[in-house]
Amino acid sequence: MEVLLFGIAKDIVGKSSFHLPEEESFPKSVFELKERLKSMFPEFGKLSSLAVAVNSAYAEDAEILKEGDEIAIIPPVSGG
Amino acid sequence: MKDTIIVEIVDTLDTSKVFLELSHPHCGGICVFVGAVREFTDNEEVIALEFETYKSMALLEMGKIAQEAVDTWKLQKVIIRHAVGVKEVEEPVVVVGASSAHRDASFEACRFLIDTLKKRVPIWKKEMFKNKSVWVSAHP
Repeated sequence: MEVLLFGIAKDIVGKSSFHLPEEESFPKSVFELKERLKSMFPEFGKLSSLAVAVNSAYAEDAEILKEGDEIAIIPPVSGG
Repeated sequence: MKDTIIVEIVDTLDTSKVFLELSHPHCGGICVFVGAVREFTDNEEVIALEFETYKSMALLEMGKIAQEAVDTWKLQKVIIRHAVGVKEVEEPVVVVGASSAHRDASFEACRFLIDTLKKRVPIWKKEMFKNKSVWVSAHP
């Protein structure tokens, strides 16, 4: 699973996207993906908020991730 | 006929054309808000701001926000245009605008457009100071 990273998320991981190995522990939902990220990179737990976008739209925690989805980590936005 | 809704992410923001883009024979009110780079944050000198975006999603969110404004205030036209890249003090970084028959609608819509953009659109701003740089709003 390829995950796109932006803003501070890119700095935390050290690259603009990363690959989660697709094995048994593959995160099945947005919630599981967030939990996995926080355990891999504790800095994610310190952010003001952490959202996930699936196919360019904000996704609820319960949303199930499917193969081929475009997944992006959305740290606190600060446009304007 | 020009588009009712214009949403764009650009490298360089041209604020001079927005009036013509919003002008319409049925509109007596045109309101525009421009956000620019401020020199100081908490008394600390800002050298520049750097903006990055998740462009495909940002354009979709900007389109949704613009449509919500059109539906709520019966606007003739709406523009949301945001710059990305490194911007120096006084440079414009965002323009939102609306045109309507009477001024109240476009004033209220502009406030909604910029406030909602700040909450929802995936654009990130890094403040660059002399000795450090900080992603704005990242931490509580």
